Amino acid sequence: MTTAPAPGTGDAPTAFLDVRDLRIHFPTDDGLVKSVDGLSFQLEKGRTLGIVGESGSGKSVTSLGIMGLHTVGQYGRGRARISGEIWLDGKELMGADPDEVRRLRGREMAMIFQDPLSAMHPYFTIGHQITEAYRVHHPDADKKTARKRAVELLDRVGIPQPDRRVDDYPHQFSGGMRQRAMIAMALVNNPELLIADEPTTALDVTVQAQILDLIRDLQKEFGSAVIVITHDLGVVAELADDILVMYGGRCVERGPAEKVFSEPRHPYTWGLLGSMPRIDREQTDRLIPVKGSPPSLINIPSGCAFNPRCPYADVPAGGITRTERPELRLVGGDGAAGGGRHWSACHMAEEERARIWTEEIAPKL
Amino acid sequence: MKDHEGRDGHEDHEGHAMKIPGQHAPSDGPEALLTVEGLVKHFPITKGLLRRQVGAVQAVDGLTFDVRTGETLGVVGESGCGKSTMGRLITRLLEPTGGRVAFQGKDISHLGVAGMRPLRRDIQMIFQDPYSSLNPRHTVGTIVGAPFRLQGIAPEGGVKKEVQRLLELVGLNPEHYNRYPHEFSGGQRQRIGIARALALKPKLVVADEPVSALDVSIQAQVVNLLDDLQDELGLTYVIIAHDLSVIRHVSDRIAVMYLGKLVELTDRTSLYTKPMHPYTKALLSAVPVPDPKRRAKRERILLKGDVPSPISPPSGCRFHTRCWKATDVCKVQEPPLLALEPGHQVACHHPENAPEAAAAGTSGG
Amino acid sequence: MFAYIVRRLFAVIVMLLVVILVTFGIFFAIPKFTGADPALMYIGKQADPAAIEGIREKLGLGKPILEQFWNFVSGIFAGRDYSSANGSVHCPAPCFGYSFKHENPVWPELTSRLPVTLSLAGGACVLWVTGGVLTGVVSALKRGTVWDRTAMTVALGGVSLPIYFTALLSLAVFKYKLGWVGGEYTSFADAPGSWFGGLILPWVTLAFLYAAMYARLTRATMLEVLGEDYIRTARAKGLAEPVVIGKHAMRSTMTPILTVLGMDLGALVGGAILTETAFSLPGLGQAAVAAINERDLPMILGVTLITASAVVFANLVVDLLYAVIDPRVRLS
Repeated sequence: MTTAPAPGTGDAPTAFLDVRDLRIHFPTDDGLVKSVDGLSFQLEKGRTLGIVGESGSGKSVTSLGIMGLHTVGQYGRGRARISGEIWLDGKELMGADPDEVRRLRGREMAMIFQDPLSAMHPYFTIGHQITEAYRVHHPDADKKTARKRAVELLDRVGIPQPDRRVDDYPHQFSGGMRQRAMIAMALVNNPELLIADEPTTALDVTVQAQILDLIRDLQKEFGSAVIVITHDLGVVAELADDILVMYGGRCVERGPAEKVFSEPRHPYTWGLLGSMPRIDREQTDRLIPVKGSPPSLINIPSGCAFNPRCPYADVPAGGITRTERPELRLVGGDGAAGGGRHWSACHMAEEERARIWTEEIAPKL
Repeated sequence: MKDHEGRDGHEDHEGHAMKIPGQHAPSDGPEALLTVEGLVKHFPITKGLLRRQVGAVQAVDGLTFDVRTGETLGVVGESGCGKSTMGRLITRLLEPTGGRVAFQGKDISHLGVAGMRPLRRDIQMIFQDPYSSLNPRHTVGTIVGAPFRLQGIAPEGGVKKEVQRLLELVGLNPEHYNRYPHEFSGGQRQRIGIARALALKPKLVVADEPVSALDVSIQAQVVNLLDDLQDELGLTYVIIAHDLSVIRHVSDRIAVMYLGKLVELTDRTSLYTKPMHPYTKALLSAVPVPDPKRRAKRERILLKGDVPSPISPPSGCRFHTRCWKATDVCKVQEPPLLALEPGHQVACHHPENAPEAAAAGTSGG
Repeated sequence: MFAYIVRRLFAVIVMLLVVILVTFGIFFAIPKFTGADPALMYIGKQADPAAIEGIREKLGLGKPILEQFWNFVSGIFAGRDYSSANGSVHCPAPCFGYSFKHENPVWPELTSRLPVTLSLAGGACVLWVTGGVLTGVVSALKRGTVWDRTAMTVALGGVSLPIYFTALLSLAVFKYKLGWVGGEYTSFADAPGSWFGGLILPWVTLAFLYAAMYARLTRATMLEVLGEDYIRTARAKGLAEPVVIGKHAMRSTMTPILTVLGMDLGALVGGAILTETAFSLPGLGQAAVAAINERDLPMILGVTLITASAVVFANLVVDLLYAVIDPRVRLS
């Protein structure tokens, strides 16, 4: 049976972004918080990966980890313990010189944050914050060039009268405009990897639709690799080519978006789909929630992290779900059925899961 | 045009151009638990040296609707539409600037604290944030038992027994009577809030964003709980939310608000299958659908810009600045909320999906 | 912005009038209502009735309270004559009262002492802001380390040790034992060197107390600011850490520090009573102590008014600085 690529082999990467066995742990007074605990995935340029999970699943921690933001500014205690490999465009970032990683930040990899009001400095103008991002990576550019670039990008992301609004402060922008400005700031250096962490969660529905459209258009135009992190399955369905479902700091299912939505092979993914009220169809039945609450990251359940909440935890014989961690395996054995890109981590036999999905879950959704 | 024979007294009318706030008297029959007529709430804004009042946030500006016994009325809209203010007005946490709120036929618009006290038993509210709405220094027993003490009621078998019954009712362990809120997860805290609201066997429960702070899987648990409690206790709900999927799942009838006004009010099926107000249509089309296969096929109406400020709302129809169907009449004349079909009220000069005669009639005015 | 400034100025004027009214009330009106004789308080219990009557007449204590208040306020702007059977004394504007103890108007006495207090407060302020803020920033950045704990322990000591203790200790060590510093207060204009020499010990002593408070405040604020999303954004842009801290974080950290600084400086201008007394500095604080001992009411009134005005004006300056720093204040 094929398993996930062996971690830590040090082999040259095959993908544009190659994350291998990423672990990010935070020591706290209560114990070690294992926010990310062995995560691997690949992403090519021009494609969008959606990372889905609930609060505490480790999805945001992962994005900050790729950006190398857990290691800067953490001088004292509580510093994150990070291991694994992150290959970006052939360069390994984890072992690289911090200053080299800093120079990649904002230039080769950029980030859009959830709440654009708190993510922008209230005391500096929008223009100042964008030109600052430009000039730090273009030390030779004078203020005029940088300003021109800022206006150009504000125009591109759809801010009306950009040459006037460039001198406004964040609080003078509306929520949607601020998120556009935030996107302009992230794109000012034409990054090849763009990470959007809950980019539309703080926005109203109609504005969310505008921003999702903008992100999709910009990706086509810039051809970058995009990671969208969200709790909203609707948002990933809109944007993502591939989906990675996280639970308790690990990946439980990953694959092409259509496969994950139409033939999910992990009980947690079923739970997410069943929990979600649908806008697109009349539902008379009750929702099918996942029982219990997400696990504590200090005390991740042994075996499969999902086992205390899983209705099928007793299906595999011998209580293996409570003792042994399931590895990610290709769906369809040789992977042919899943197009060779659909992975899931569950102890249940695959035929059994396929049967449960088609007979028990799908009809109720 | 042909007169519609409405199911309810207030929906039948001679001539469709009946003005809801003026001529119409909502039915105070057995069906209407809560009647709202021309409800207005303006928050004054002061400015300048002498702090003169220079304007007002027109949070709620003329709402007329009723809530029928046993139903769930969903209220949906984007930020700034006044839906939360509306919730606080009908529970009389705020005093209206104008208009009338009647509960079981009794005018409660301007009742004082003492006058409201007996009604507090019948009208309860559930809040969004399960973290800040529970006093961290009180045990769950104290929190859930507080309504008994405030109202001076001694339940049969004592407060403790009753509180434990309530905890069990909302799916919490009655033995956790002596625990503090921080020992519970977000979903459990929301259950505590619900138990508190149900303590005095209310008739009407107003829930303001009851699940928006919760994770998807927990959201479903709480939605189901609200459902079950309604069946079991015969509750009437007003559920305020921005999430159209949740609203679709929980509501019997739905009111759509935009900038302090009701733009559409109808039953769930008609609203989602043939919305008449362009805003409703745009809102529905903007919601991301969790189905990647439909990504390419769906037509989406992208609204321009953000919601205007409720301080100086646009003239005429408040939606005209963002509406693709707007004509000159929309800029000057405010469309009245009319029942274009039985039980389907819309405030628009150019409604979608409308019966021909009705549409022609209104746009002519 | 203009309306903001005008409103603040207006508030300052109202505030000062209230301060004068309340101070005046406490010193003149309340004793009258309570039956205590202000004239008697002036001159002491042993005085003969004739002298008491003389004081009463000079101060116009027989007149209605409102008239007394009006005389006092108008005296500030126009000067005032205190007349009695024994002749009259003129108190030129601004007249904040006339001390019959020392036979001189209060205002010149106050202004002659002001430079001493200003020198003390100003010099100490430079020291404590530099020291306190730097310590606080470094502590915040090195949270939980030995440096942080040491600095915060020292700061805790600084906050808790009373100034008369540190003052006397430093005097004993550096002046009497080691003889490094010393000398009386000399004005800066006369001899900058000995001005500095005479003030260095008071500066350090006073600054130690304040630096400790500022270090704790800075550390707490900085830690909070470092947790802000916009700091993460600044790092995500690829800015070097010194820029992130020095520009983005410091700008926000300074806001609460400025607020406290304005209040502290305002209060200090009224006299650092303990420091001035301990180091025998002829400043306002020392004058206040002397006036209290001598029951020199007009002098006490004068010092109180100066302190209150300084606090009110310092607040005005802080408010205006706020508007400069924070565009949300400026533009709304």
